[in-house]
This record gives sequence, structure tokens and C-alpha cells, in this order.
Amino acid sequence: MKIDMNIDVHHVTRVEGHGNIKVKVQDGELREAMWQVVETPRFFEAMLRGKSHDLAPTLTSRICGICSIGHTLASLRTVERAMKIEIPRTAQLLRMLGKHGETLQSHFLHLFFLVVPDFFNVDSVIPITQSHPEVAGVALRLKGLANDMSDLLTGRTTHPVSLVVGGLSVAPNKKQLAALKQTILDRLPDVETAVAVFQGLTLPDFVRETEFVSLKGENEYPWIGGDLISTDGVVKPEDEYRAMTNEYKEDFTTTKFTKLSRKSFAAGALARLNNNFKLLHPQAREVSKSLGLEPVNHNPYMNNVAQLVECLHVALESVEIIDELLDDKYEDICAEYEVRAGEGVGAVEVPRGILYHNYQIDDEGFVRKANCIIPTTQNNGNIHHDMPELVKHEVAKGSSDKEITRLCEMLVRAYDPCISCSVH
Amino acid sequence: MKYLGIDPQKIKIGVFDFTSCEGCELQLANKEETLLDFLSHLEIINFREVSSYKGQDYDIAFIEGSITRQDEIDRVKDIRSKAKVLVALGSCACFGGVNFQKNQFEIDDVVREVYGADKVETIKTMKVADVVQVDLSIPGCPVNKDEVEKIVVDLVTGVDVRTPNYPVCVECKQNGNTCVVDMGKICLGPITQAGCGAVCPNHKVGCLGCRGPVECAKIDSLMDILKERGHTESQIMERVNFYNTFSEVINS
Repeated sequence: MKIDMNIDVHHVTRVEGHGNIKVKVQDGELREAMWQVVETPRFFEAMLRGKSHDLAPTLTSRICGICSIGHTLASLRTVERAMKIEIPRTAQLLRMLGKHGETLQSHFLHLFFLVVPDFFNVDSVIPITQSHPEVAGVALRLKGLANDMSDLLTGRTTHPVSLVVGGLSVAPNKKQLAALKQTILDRLPDVETAVAVFQGLTLPDFVRETEFVSLKGENEYPWIGGDLISTDGVVKPEDEYRAMTNEYKEDFTTTKFTKLSRKSFAAGALARLNNNFKLLHPQAREVSKSLGLEPVNHNPYMNNVAQLVECLHVALESVEIIDELLDDKYEDICAEYEVRAGEGVGAVEVPRGILYHNYQIDDEGFVRKANCIIPTTQNNGNIHHDMPELVKHEVAKGSSDKEITRLCEMLVRAYDPCISCSVH
Repeated sequence: MKYLGIDPQKIKIGVFDFTSCEGCELQLANKEETLLDFLSHLEIINFREVSSYKGQDYDIAFIEGSITRQDEIDRVKDIRSKAKVLVALGSCACFGGVNFQKNQFEIDDVVREVYGADKVETIKTMKVADVVQVDLSIPGCPVNKDEVEKIVVDLVTGVDVRTPNYPVCVECKQNGNTCVVDMGKICLGPITQAGCGAVCPNHKVGCLGCRGPVECAKIDSLMDILKERGHTESQIMERVNFYNTFSEVINS
């Protein structure tokens, strides 16, 4: 069959940051399929040099406008491990609750504002507010809950304020926590509606066998710290994150790429779920099965479903955390500490996947050397390698260039890339 | 009635991101309780992060981010030529923001530190007004959605846009906070323009001045007070320079 295609999507829409899709097919043969990131780098690692350790989390939260709580927590963990600071249990629980607020905020933003318009064949969520007001209502209420959680626990929805070295600078009172618990419970039917919406959608049937990398949960679904694991059987301690990522650079793109056992790997909700399915809340596990998602799933579009499953898991776990906090003495929210020299690594599962910060700190508390490896940096290579397989799969089916363009854009969106983050 | 050349009806907007975290434009989609009302004032012509529609006939262009590469200079000039009103959204656009911290190092040095021997194109960080005329500035890291809403409604209804001409301390006192300087911390509230509701001191964290200087900011006096309390000049200046918001006051 004589098929020629020249797909050139300059700055893919409904994603965070700037990237292009380029596909060339000649006489039915794939010549090129490329995911090209063109984002301007900001050089955070260079700017961190000489920065006071207590301003490093404030600075690095600005790497990302969506997962700023995650960056702050990774930065804090790095500083606290470097200086051997033990943070109080109450502060750990409060931080986790703030983190869950961000996961909900980010996942719901992605699912409803960026992904769902593809399935309703519209440009944005705005027409959906007219055509499907019930879906828009669910989206706004759930995103509202998530923003309120982030506000209450960290002081702001974007660029948190009260997360500081040692713990938190202020904490909500128990009455506020009890009210939050009630709001979460009140919103669970909205989560069920969201699940029903996704049960009604047909995701593209593309599969490419992939290695998935995430934190390794021991007794709980993992979010902050611990060993690193891949679905190809690699397990490493947190401090050996470089051996888990193996960053390298290609000329055609401003992002770095990573690899482990194969030429690329995936991080994110699907990777977490593929590696830690048994640790999901039982209700979330059942919902996952009802949506056709069980490990190890190799369809990248299923990352959307994994995000939704995680939303339910996180909402239910937040209720449990609040119950523990309500029974807690609730006195000590910040540890005193002495400045000392050291090196630390902080691995945190943020909405788009596993994030690493690594600093060397001198005896006056200044950062001397820094390295940050971002989830989307890890995913960019996998998107790039998915694309030729997807195009070949679709060309063989006889799909039109319009349809292939749509599927390529949806593939990029499925990874929920945070491109400016990836080129920090 | 026209204001800044625009009819007080649904206004056509474009939102464009340059070197930034995109956190400010995300605020436009936040505050769910008023989001639909807010959007009802706007016709979104071009907003890549939220919509696939890419029109060019926008009246107001919101620019997020600072300028750090040659192609961004060309792009922002093109947007300027199409927009009736150009708004700098957030501290990166208004002042350079955290991206400006790069400028304390040589370009070769920052590229080598992050990319080693690989070549990556970048230039010294500039604020938007270094490249094109800016009609309105909405500072903040991130911007405060309440303030953005108010300014957009002012633009739609033709009311003069006003921003507070008093320091963060006024809002902080109204909130009944204990002064964080009295808690032994460095706070730039006394020299910083209000409008954020004193969000950082509300959480017992010192202000870093992301909204820029209040009129008649007296940095020297604040410096004296903070030094008396045992903070060193370098500790204070690390904060004053954090978002590059005070460079014009320091250099004047």
C-alpha cells in the first residue's frame, strides 16, 4: 500500500510545557517518529550551588507549577537525610496528607482538563461544562477538594509555604482536620462517578512491552523514600538512584533521557501500580480490576486509569491518616536540628513518577553540588520509543494521518508529561 | 466605554508560557467555586496548556515566564504585535523571578554544570519588559488568583486597575499574626508590595518579596533592623535577590 504521511505537531497542546511530534511515513514504511522536547532549560542544579539549605526546598518547588509539593518534599528529604534530621511522626503524617492533596489535584487536573476532552472530541474542558455539566461538576468538586487539602496542609495550592526543614511551620487544628475528613467522605460518590465515566471510555489498544520503575512498597503503597524497583527485577537502595536512571543526552531534544535494563523505561502511576498492586487499598484494587487494569499492564494509555485508581486509594488513605492524627497527641510538628555537612538523596513518588533530589551540603549549611532527576525526564525516552511502534501499529491497520496524529498526541498526554519540569 | 482599547464585553485572551514552571497560568484554572463565572468573562483564543484551539485574534495576551533563549525573544515580539494589551503574569515575567539566579554565573558555567559537554542554547535571563512593552504587571510566585480575577474583571468593566500601595506588613497585621522578625526570622514584608494576603508570614515563614518593592521601599532601614537582630548581610541579600524583585531599588 502506498501511504505517505508527514505529521508535524508543533507544541503539543493540553500538556505542561513545550514538545513536538514528528512522524514521517513513505510508501507505507516508517522513516521517522520522534518526540522532541524544545523546552528552555532553567539550570536549577547550577542555581542551587551556594544556596542555604533551608532555601533549597523553596527554590526547587519552583521547578514545577503542578508538583511543587512533591519537589518540596523531595528537597526536604534530601536535606534532612544529609543532616541526619529525624522528623516527628505527626509531621510525617501531615506532610503525607499534603502530598495526597497534590496527587489528587494533579491527577484530577490531568484526567478531566487534559485527557477527557480527547474522548469527547473537543478542544478543551470548557465545552464539556455545557455539554456534560454533570461531568464538569464532578471535575470541579474533586479538584476543589484537592486544592483545599493542599491549602490546608501546606499553605497554598501551588508552591507550598509551611513545609520546612524539620517538619512543618504551622499545622491545621484538629477541628479543621475533622472537617476535611468529612469533605473527603462526602466526595467519594464523585470519585465513583469519575470511575463510571472512565468505565464508559474505550482506550486505544496499543501495547509495547516496557520496564516500569518506581519506589518499592514494603507494607504500604509507596510515596516517600525506600528501595527502588523495576518490573524487570532490578532492586536498588534509594542512594543508588543514579544506577537506576543512567541519564544521557540526545542532540535533537533539550531533555535528557534515562535507561535501565532496556533502551528506556516508564515511571508514573502505571509504574507504581504495576510494582505495588497488592499494596493498594482493597477498594482501589477492586476498582482497578473493574477498569481492566492488573499488573503488569503494558498499555501506556492505561496510565490514565492508574491515576484514577490512585485517586481512590489516596482519598481512602487520607481518611485513615486523619483518623490517626485525630488520636495523636499532636504536639511536636517540627524537629530542632544542628547544621552539619553531609550528602543526601531523596526519592519521592510525585504524580508523574519517581523524583530524585541529591545534594552535597557543607558544614555551614550551604548546598555545594546538586542533582535532580525528574519523572518526565525518565518518561521522555519511553514516549520517544513508543511512538514508532504506535505509528507502525496504526499504519498496518490502515489508520488515517488525522487519526494517527490524534493517537500520538493522546500517547504523549497519557504520560501526563511535565515538560518544563523535565528540562529544569 | 473603552478601556485600554477594549470593549467591556467578553474579552478575547491568549495565555502564553515562556521559561517558567507554568504555575501561574495554572492558577487561572484554580478556585473552582468561581471558575465558571470567571471564565464567562473570557473567550479563550489561545491557551496551549488547557486547549487545543490556537487562534491569533486575542485582545489581551498574558505572558508567563522569563525570556532565556533567542527564539523566545522572537515569539514574544510576535505576540506583542498581535495583542492590544500585554500582561506580565507572575514574578518570572515581571522581574525575571527565580530564573534570574542563573545570571550570577557565566552561561558556559551553568551549561557545563547541568549538561557537561553537551551543547544547549541559553542566554542571560530577562524579564518580559526587557524585550517588549508591558502594559500591566501582576506579580507573585505564584500569582494570587483573587487578584487576577479582580484585575480581569476591572479590564472587562473598564475600571482602573489598582494594586495595593502598602507593604505586606499591613495585611499581616490585619491577620493578627505575631511578627516573624520577632520570631528571629528574616522577613521582607516591610519592603514588599501587599496583595498576597501575607500568605508566608501567616504560616510563620518570612516573606521573600516575590511581589516586588512597595513604593518608597527602604531596604537600608530593614537591613539595619535585621542586622541588629543578628542576621548577616549575605543571609539578608540571599533573600532580597531570590526573585530579582528589588534590583531596581538596590541599583537606584
